[in-house]
Amino acid sequence: MKMKLAAAVAACAVTLAPLPAAASGEVNIYSYRQEFLLKPLLDAFTEDTGIETNVVFAKKGLAERLEREGRNSPADVVMTVDISRISELVDRDLTASVDNETLEANIPENLRHPDGKWFALTTRGRMIFTSLDRVEEGEITSYEELADPEWENRICTRSGKHPYNIALISSMIAHHGAEEAEQWLEGVKNNLARKPQGGDRDQIKAVAEGVCDVAIGNSYYYGVMLQDDEQRPIAEQVRIVFPNDEGRGTHINISGIALTQSAPNRDNAIKLMEYLSSDEAQQIYAEANNEFPANPDVSPTGIVAEWGELNADTLSLQTIAENANDAVRMVDRVDYDNP
Amino acid sequence: MNQADVIEEPVTPSPLTPRRTSKRWLMSAALITAIVALPVFSVAWLALFPEENIWPHLLDTTLPRYVWTTLLLMVGVSAITLSIGLSTAWAVTMCNFPGRKMFEWALLLPFAVPAYVIAYVYTDLLQYAGPIQGALRDWFGWTTARDYWFPDIRSLWGATLMLGLVLYPYVYLLARAAFLDQSPSLFSVSRSLGHSALSTFFRVVLPIARPAVAVGLSLVLMETLNDFGTVDFFAVQTLTAGLFDTWMNLGNLGGAAQIAMIMLTFVVILVTLERYSRRRQQQYAGRDSRAPIQRFSMSRPRQWICVAVCAAPIILGFIVPAVVLGRYAAIYFDQSWTGDFVENTLNSLSLSGAAAFTTLTIGLILAYSRRLHDTRPMQVMMRLSSLGYAMPGAVLAVGVIVPMAAFDNQLDAWMRDWFGISTGLLFSGTAFALIFAYTVRFLAVSAGSLESGLQKITPSMDMAARSLGRSTTATLLQVHLPMLRGTMLTAALVVFVDTMKELPATLILRPFNFDTLATHVYQYASDEMLGISALPALIIVLAGIVPIILMSRSIGSARAYSQQ
Repeated sequence: MKMKLAAAVAACAVTLAPLPAAASGEVNIYSYRQEFLLKPLLDAFTEDTGIETNVVFAKKGLAERLEREGRNSPADVVMTVDISRISELVDRDLTASVDNETLEANIPENLRHPDGKWFALTTRGRMIFTSLDRVEEGEITSYEELADPEWENRICTRSGKHPYNIALISSMIAHHGAEEAEQWLEGVKNNLARKPQGGDRDQIKAVAEGVCDVAIGNSYYYGVMLQDDEQRPIAEQVRIVFPNDEGRGTHINISGIALTQSAPNRDNAIKLMEYLSSDEAQQIYAEANNEFPANPDVSPTGIVAEWGELNADTLSLQTIAENANDAVRMVDRVDYDNP
Repeated sequence: MNQADVIEEPVTPSPLTPRRTSKRWLMSAALITAIVALPVFSVAWLALFPEENIWPHLLDTTLPRYVWTTLLLMVGVSAITLSIGLSTAWAVTMCNFPGRKMFEWALLLPFAVPAYVIAYVYTDLLQYAGPIQGALRDWFGWTTARDYWFPDIRSLWGATLMLGLVLYPYVYLLARAAFLDQSPSLFSVSRSLGHSALSTFFRVVLPIARPAVAVGLSLVLMETLNDFGTVDFFAVQTLTAGLFDTWMNLGNLGGAAQIAMIMLTFVVILVTLERYSRRRQQQYAGRDSRAPIQRFSMSRPRQWICVAVCAAPIILGFIVPAVVLGRYAAIYFDQSWTGDFVENTLNSLSLSGAAAFTTLTIGLILAYSRRLHDTRPMQVMMRLSSLGYAMPGAVLAVGVIVPMAAFDNQLDAWMRDWFGISTGLLFSGTAFALIFAYTVRFLAVSAGSLESGLQKITPSMDMAARSLGRSTTATLLQVHLPMLRGTMLTAALVVFVDTMKELPATLILRPFNFDTLATHVYQYASDEMLGISALPALIIVLAGIVPIILMSRSIGSARAYSQQ
């Protein structure tokens, strides 16, 4: 027992430095996004303001950590991807309202919480990818068509349970009602060429390989593949389609930021939020990750601009989050992952 | 009382129980158990408050599949790990063949490869664009994936194989230690009574090694049960996948905790059954166990069979992954080489070292207390303190956060009330939280192997030492520790390497700006960037090799040492 204590004391001594300090010049981030995706931005922020940033990244468990740490939590902001994840924080009353003119001017109303409890920073479309050889341009233009019998045995997707697919199904529930959405999901399941597996990039690869002709995936994965020397030849065999472009628009999801209730460095945190919504940061963020900027004054550049303008579905993200639970149950009922 | 009676009926109360000395050992064991079991109890507590009752939905839809898939996976992984682990351990212990000494440690190498990494590697290798299918297409003139059938690695059998390849070293390690400890004379007696080598193996050697093999296999099964990385990547729907689905997608942490408790119950039943089935067995190492082992000399073809049996798991479980990772590391070197590597490696090594040390110390206290007080409450404490291993890492992390943050906040509140100062979070979000989590998680490894190691030491050793005036502590330090050296090194090795690979709890509990090699790999791998994650993954593997080789040598020499 003594030895355990000794080890613990030693361990604490080693790590006292990163302990939360309410000292000025810092902002602490709990992030559901990988640090390396944030780094260019955070570095630029530090250079601009002199405020240092500290990050913990994990894909699950941070909400629980924040909740249990309570008023002593060192976290100032939470950065997330996927609307359900960020709504969960609001539901548990872990985020604080931010009433800030800069943020309200930079981020359109449909991309932030009505009381400022979260703000979107980037958006990404859930795209359809088709084979250049085996699918004509314009042969499929909407999510609804994915259930058409002509695509039998020709579609690949990742697990129906993945948050990105759940959000898409939630939006289908919002637009068509639960019953019709379930029929649609059945239809898509019947069209699957293989058991759902892997990530979004794997679906794009599967199209290039001829396993299937049509895949669903987020826009930025395609962008990253085009920038990667090894994967470019694969991506170049595949066409990106903006679904429902002519109609209600493409289903989008967000990456966003929220201020915590307990934020010890509240002012710095709001400075960071303002900065991330600024033209400069939006440009870096969107460009580095091939996403669409949330700030409408900033236009996408590079590969993303080449794809054409995104006509985004204006369905409230809040609604998508509210439907997520039904969507998960629907995936289970349809047994989507076991065609 | 004749010898047979002693073996049939374990003597109660234990003759080793100190009469005059206080119940110091018992008390410290109780205290440790209370602390170490806190996270598990926290999860049990969470299970009492689900957001909604998930069971009607689960029973209607996915639960039967989750359970069935989990069972198949466990049976498959057991079969693979037992056949590889036992055959190779037997071969390197008892047979003479070229390269035997090298195989002794090389067979541990796949242990350094995290399951999620080997899953990525084999997917990359066996996928359509990979070299194997590419070569097949070239030979046969196929042009698309629809022209031919190729087994899909992302499936139940794939997950079984991947887990089997990286988990068999548990069985190998413990079986080998047990074989080394066995008295060679038992083997000779069996042979002279007319049993073939094979029949002796199954009738004499294996039953004697059974407690150790059971420990190894139960570690394998618990790892299998709580693996998430591999089954998620392969879209194999086990109970763990269902647990995370309930937690993350349905936002029902309580429901997820309920599933975790069911998995835990499952493990407890399994372990209890195994123990129950050998409740009447008690073995001690005979006095002549230190006679040198007489290895079989075999014909040439048989020797080469041994080489093949030992080489295959190393090639599949280590060399192939290392080559694939090495290739990617070279291609993506410029993108993946960052200055943080040295720091990340040091973080991983020091955390693993600290975890190995604490786990070993605490495990020793528990196992020795169990030896001194062989009572029902002590047995229960032993089991309770080992439950952390049967829980998925992320769930355990939440179980660590709950009591730790509650303690920190309570202390902070008191300090504010009484002294007007805030202590903030004293332990949460520090390396202490990590080491605590590792200890809770891996205590099963050290306590289990030390317990089985101690069981093999005959009580007459204790009696002799104690009647010569040694205290219980002195007996432990002067008599048991030297005899346990091999077992302790084995346990330390396993915990060290396991901690190097540990991912989910590390991610959730770590301090700000703190990366280990495993979290670094995950950062990129989780964004589907295998290329860039290859270099740090390779470093995990390489960093795991050094302690593996060092400790494997010490295990070998521990035997030589005790022969002197």
